[in-house]
Amino acid sequence: MWRRSASFILDKHQNNKPISLTPSIGSPPPLSASVADENLNPNHISAYYQTRAAHHEIVTSDWLEQAQAAVRRYLDQDSPVSGRPFSVIEEFDNWRQQPALAEAVAAIRALAAVIRASEANTMMELEIELKKASDTLKAWDTTSISLTAGCDLFMRYVTRTSALESEDFNSAKSRVLGRAEKFGEISNKIIATLSQDFIFDGCTILVHGFSRVVFEILKTAAQNKKLFRVLCTEGRPDKTGVLLAKELAKLDVPVKLLIDSAVAYCMDEVDMVFVGADGVVESGGVINMMGTYQIAIVAHSMNKPVYVAAESYKFARLYPLDQKDLEPALQPIDFGVSVPPKVEVERSARDYTPQFLTLLFTDLGVLTPSVVSDELIQLYL
Amino acid sequence: MESRRNPRAVVDPKVRQVGFFTSSQPDSTHQPDPIASESHPVVSSISPSGNSLSPVMIPPPRHNSSDTFPLRAAAASAVSPSSFSYSTRRDFPDGSTTAASPGRVSRGSFSKPSSSLPGVGMDAMAAAKSSSVPASGLNTVSVVNMPPEKESDQKKNSKPLKEKTTKAERRALQEAQRAAKAAANAEGGKAPLVSSGSVASTNIKATKPAKPSSQKNDVAVAAGPSEKKAGGQSEKDRKKDAPHPRMQYDDESRVVKAKRRAVVKQTEAKYRVELFRHLPQYEHGTQLPDLQTKFFQLDPMHPAVYKVGLQYLSGDISGGNARCIAMLQAFQEVVRDYSTPPEKTLNRDMTAKISSYVSFLIECRPLSVSMGNAIRFVKNRIAKLPITLSESEAKAALQSDIERFINEKIITADTVIVKHAVTKIRDGDVLLTYGSPTAVEMVLLHAHELGKKFRVLVVDSRPKLEGQLLLRRLIKRGINCTYTHINAISYIMHEVTKVFLGASSVLSNGTVYSRVGTACVAMVASAFRVPVLVCCEAYKLHERVQLDSICSNELGDPNAISKVHGREDINYLDGLTNNANLQFLNLMFDATPSDYISMIITDYGMVPPTSVPVIVREYQKEHSLV
Repeated sequence: MWRRSASFILDKHQNNKPISLTPSIGSPPPLSASVADENLNPNHISAYYQTRAAHHEIVTSDWLEQAQAAVRRYLDQDSPVSGRPFSVIEEFDNWRQQPALAEAVAAIRALAAVIRASEANTMMELEIELKKASDTLKAWDTTSISLTAGCDLFMRYVTRTSALESEDFNSAKSRVLGRAEKFGEISNKIIATLSQDFIFDGCTILVHGFSRVVFEILKTAAQNKKLFRVLCTEGRPDKTGVLLAKELAKLDVPVKLLIDSAVAYCMDEVDMVFVGADGVVESGGVINMMGTYQIAIVAHSMNKPVYVAAESYKFARLYPLDQKDLEPALQPIDFGVSVPPKVEVERSARDYTPQFLTLLFTDLGVLTPSVVSDELIQLYL
Repeated sequence: MESRRNPRAVVDPKVRQVGFFTSSQPDSTHQPDPIASESHPVVSSISPSGNSLSPVMIPPPRHNSSDTFPLRAAAASAVSPSSFSYSTRRDFPDGSTTAASPGRVSRGSFSKPSSSLPGVGMDAMAAAKSSSVPASGLNTVSVVNMPPEKESDQKKNSKPLKEKTTKAERRALQEAQRAAKAAANAEGGKAPLVSSGSVASTNIKATKPAKPSSQKNDVAVAAGPSEKKAGGQSEKDRKKDAPHPRMQYDDESRVVKAKRRAVVKQTEAKYRVELFRHLPQYEHGTQLPDLQTKFFQLDPMHPAVYKVGLQYLSGDISGGNARCIAMLQAFQEVVRDYSTPPEKTLNRDMTAKISSYVSFLIECRPLSVSMGNAIRFVKNRIAKLPITLSESEAKAALQSDIERFINEKIITADTVIVKHAVTKIRDGDVLLTYGSPTAVEMVLLHAHELGKKFRVLVVDSRPKLEGQLLLRRLIKRGINCTYTHINAISYIMHEVTKVFLGASSVLSNGTVYSRVGTACVAMVASAFRVPVLVCCEAYKLHERVQLDSICSNELGDPNAISKVHGREDINYLDGLTNNANLQFLNLMFDATPSDYISMIITDYGMVPPTSVPVIVREYQKEHSLV
């Protein structure tokens, strides 16, 4: 997962606890400024996106510890779970800290911790506890689609299998636990393997946003000695492009950075577009970092394929009708200069791409967008 | 169009009589005796545009129709002018009972005063009265042949009294037809005398000696659409009327049998649009009185089913859900009153009974997809009944199954749909809806209860004007509504934020099959980039695929279009349904391609139109297990 140290501090802000950001490192100042703005809309600030933004800041380990300590203190006071000493949110946050973990996986690990700590004696009780924990997690951050989808998926798995089994409670519990631990373990590898065929020698790939899955794909391709070059969009305000460019340069992949507005300019030399997804919705569209829809439109108008790399636990039961039909997920936007007075800022962190997607690379295989609904129907039937 | 005619032309009418061809080609040489005399002279003067009158019924030459008008006008109760003609027809003996046209109801029961089965009766009558059978006037072209015989029968007989054909009679019929054909050919492209082919001629023959209804059935049925087509096409075309998609017309004996079995005798419309010849077109509202009188004489028919059929016929019950529920409740009563006849198994006998009831309902009004799926379910349940159950147990099980179907698939499904759909309604929305879909109405009412602030735009269209019902109900609950007709759709679409539509069915390629006009609304909405949401229960989804609105549809009453109620000043077309130059087309359904649909809300959730085959698959899996 992203190095999400600052997120805890930001979360505190959401609950109107003014906290002076003591760390003097580069990251906080812009954040604090924007956080102040955010206080206007505490409910809409997306912890998810804020943490992602925070990743691109440089944090020292000291600062990290301080932030974690602060957050733990805060969370302990504000334990959302029903009075138990064990806090699923805390667990979740612990897991989230790990850079390599996806949000949904972190959530499921947290739920696994719930199972381990649970004192239930029957599957029904366990299910109820899990349901409560999952609802808590979902309520904690309503803007994170993969969190919701991951929780739903796991609950679905538990419900479905518990009904069928005739085994005793303990083996059922360990089975569910095992599934939770293994959740999402190798999906990235599978996706990377599937997508290798689509990257040919000499191709130019446009990437938007820093998706772990896409990075894994490119890394695997580089390791397979494929010759390709990557165009990275800058990805303001997160500056994901810079980060990705850095990582790719380490792999000796030729990288070129573009500003977001230069996508149409460069589109003719691009062979394919790769994006990740925050969530894949029932209509076959994706919800991803702001700017994805724009790129998809340009790519489509120039007949370039747009490939989305997403794990299957990101399939969500949402069906947005338009851009504004999602939960608003705002993020701080830093223009480099202070925003003039009486000027509003569009701060949504994500957009919805309903069409123009060519294929989805998932751990279930390479799918067309209309298969998403098929999978969801089968899953949630 | 041209190409469509050719295949018809080559089919041997004897081998394949499908659809509503008018077996009774007006055949000058084969007039039934009673009528013949009168009609003969008329027949000969039939204009080439002639039509599918049965041999019995010689379509009067065009100019004669005017004569009949006053007569018709005189006819009181009959909706169509032909009513009076019926009375004369009654003279003709023998019950041509229910010789429905292939698979369709036989023309009309001519009830005395008011049965306004236009076509058949009329023609005969007209002839009888020496009022020219208005070629155009009587829509029941095909029936013509039968009418004389039929009338008396129809009045008295319900289905059971079918024709008593003897081999000799049939032979005679065939010969008559052949001769008629020859004669017609000799006439060279005159009114379609022989077109209806065998049936027609047989009819003629039959009528002549006042034969039993069977022949008449054939004839009547054959009458088919009026062809004002030039030349011999009409004859052939008539024969070629395609069977109703759900009806197999390949087997002639089945067709005849179906006709014989038919309870409701519908008169076919005379002048039909060429493109829709494969669909049955009847004069509506003509059989009702007669059927009502027959209520107590229905031997094989269960009164509950009969009642539902009449309600369909008269249009009292319309809308996919309502029709399906009414039918299922009637079936519940059937099951309740059922007792296994000796030496028969409950499964088979009940299935046969249900099938016969279903064909009666088809006669009244073609099945909707929802009804078709429900019938499949019922038959499936009957077939799955374990043999070991006693009769009362089996009946109880069936009744509860049907009850469960209604509750789960329709009522509960609607609540799930409402739950999903209200999440899509935001404050400040302007929602547009078309017609009166039950699911959408529930959604709007529930959203209003939840306190959402929105307003509704109800779009309506003639001739049914169903939107007014919806409007009334919404206003009663205090929802802010606007009402307009479909011709203003592009005018108001710019202020609409979402469109909610209902569906009779959604097909496997994502096409929405719904009330005519829906496609128009969806396309205009799509052009304005307004999302279109279709609310449809899962049991209405079907694995069939349809590419256009033509191959499978339903034709309504042409009189409904021609008449504008309450507006005498623009009621120009009233009474012109009998005009040879004017063909009315009253389509009931249309097909909206999936590109214009944003999402479909079913009880399985909100899905894109591409996922319909998935739901059909899951649904069938669920049901084959159950």
